[in-house]
Amino acid sequence: MALNKQMSAADVVAQLRSGMTLGIGGWGPRRKPMALVRELLRSDVKDLTVVSYGGPEVGMLCAAGKIRKLIYGFVTMDAIPLEPYFRKAREAGAIEVMELDEGMFEWGLRAAGMRMSFLPTRCGLASDVLRRNPQIKTIASPYEDGEVYVAMPALKLDAALIHVNEADRLGNTLIKSHDPLFDHLFARAADACYVSTEVLHEQLQLDADTAKMNLFERYLVRGVVLAPFGAHPTYSSPDYGWDMDHLKRYDASAREDGGWQKYAEEFVAISEAQYLEKAGGADRLSQLKRPVF
Amino acid sequence: MSATLAELMIVAASECFRDNGEVLASGIGIVPRLGVSLAKLTHSPELLMTDSETYLVSEPVPLGPRGDFVPKYEGYMSFDRVFECVWGGRRHAMIGPTQIDRWGQTNLSVVGGTYDKPKTAILGVRGLPGNSINHANSLFVPNHGPRVFVAGEVDMVSGVGYKPERWLPGMKQDYVDLRRIVTDLCVMDFGGADHAIRVLSLHPGVSFERVAEATGFPLLQALGMAETPLPTAEQLALIAKLDPHRLRASTIKNDPPALKVAA
Repeated sequence: MALNKQMSAADVVAQLRSGMTLGIGGWGPRRKPMALVRELLRSDVKDLTVVSYGGPEVGMLCAAGKIRKLIYGFVTMDAIPLEPYFRKAREAGAIEVMELDEGMFEWGLRAAGMRMSFLPTRCGLASDVLRRNPQIKTIASPYEDGEVYVAMPALKLDAALIHVNEADRLGNTLIKSHDPLFDHLFARAADACYVSTEVLHEQLQLDADTAKMNLFERYLVRGVVLAPFGAHPTYSSPDYGWDMDHLKRYDASAREDGGWQKYAEEFVAISEAQYLEKAGGADRLSQLKRPVF
Repeated sequence: MSATLAELMIVAASECFRDNGEVLASGIGIVPRLGVSLAKLTHSPELLMTDSETYLVSEPVPLGPRGDFVPKYEGYMSFDRVFECVWGGRRHAMIGPTQIDRWGQTNLSVVGGTYDKPKTAILGVRGLPGNSINHANSLFVPNHGPRVFVAGEVDMVSGVGYKPERWLPGMKQDYVDLRRIVTDLCVMDFGGADHAIRVLSLHPGVSFERVAEATGFPLLQALGMAETPLPTAEQLALIAKLDPHRLRASTIKNDPPALKVAA
């Protein structure tokens, strides 16, 4: 088969344009496509609308001034609950926000993936989510009950970035983590989905049980990037845990003068290979303990 | 055996889950999680609970590093499936919001300043709007004071409550089900007229006046307002097993004993 979607992280970022709406898979500090985000941080792409169950990638993109608008339900690093650079940006009024219930957020992605303009839900009614997002309308059931629902608008994405455990050059992917999260919905909601992967195969040859870990179709995947430890410093179950030492250091940088610049000089303004060395090398990263909940 | 205040609160939290039937019981945070765990091990084995990551377990998983403990999985509960449970209503969650108002509305998003330029950004509304409008919820407050129990409305209504003006014609309020609030001073519920908050029990050594002073809105006393029971020796032993690293000691400032010593 002639299909070969393998590309570099730089090739992916070359497809992105300032002003785009960009979905980022994962959840908090879990399976974030950090290698792709680092490449984005190295680029001059800006004015992004970022759609994310937010973790440190949101903080980094805020710190680098890449985000014009954030669509989110939360931003957190779990064990470090408050994301420092998100807080700074939010408290400074530096970003426009569309703050949503987690389920509304899911519904928005589903609507986009189904090519619907909206999906109805009770989530958000009677809360300030509607007051703060007057563009979100309600709708009455056309049936006898007449119940009023939130008409959650589709969250259509120009592009989505996702990190997976395994993939092949055709764009087939395996998500082996305990929780697959909502990455398949990001893939469906996006005009173009780019995945980074821990392991890249020529072509996947699977047994039936493993094939169940293929959660979305390769026709959704525009590009595949080989990025071992590409979720670092977030948790890529079952391969490696989050890097709490690194996250603490990142968190502490936010309280130093010029802290982001120093962090970025050390961990962003270098190649991905240099990054992995700086982060402790493959031996250390593969030993990162899985978090105990 | 003398109990700490945190342990008394764990027992009080476990009581919130009594006679709930087969529901997904989600205790978010150390005390709520230990409360659910204790409930499942004692009076309510029918509760469904997870390992706090992705799997349903048939017995509660201890907190922190587990040594040779092997979780007993009985099913699966990805975030996607948690949402399905939320929308279907068969869930009771206990969380610790940053602010709570007299209508039971909660806030986990921003505090102070303006919405566009808040004094303090917290997490975001998370799942609170959906949880609160779909299933039973109880609340946990480790620092009962007027900054948590605010005088007016919470700064960003994340979890919904019983404020009539918030409910427009056609919106279904029927599934809002606020159960109890467990704090470091008392246990409260929403059993007053129009769901007004009332004190069910005071922790040992705490007066109603002290609770009232620490609350930004008027409180009622439940008929037969009692003293929150101290943990039994059996409950303390189970808590010790569920929390072998004593993470509960970090939940209340200075980890005080349950029985306040007279000054």
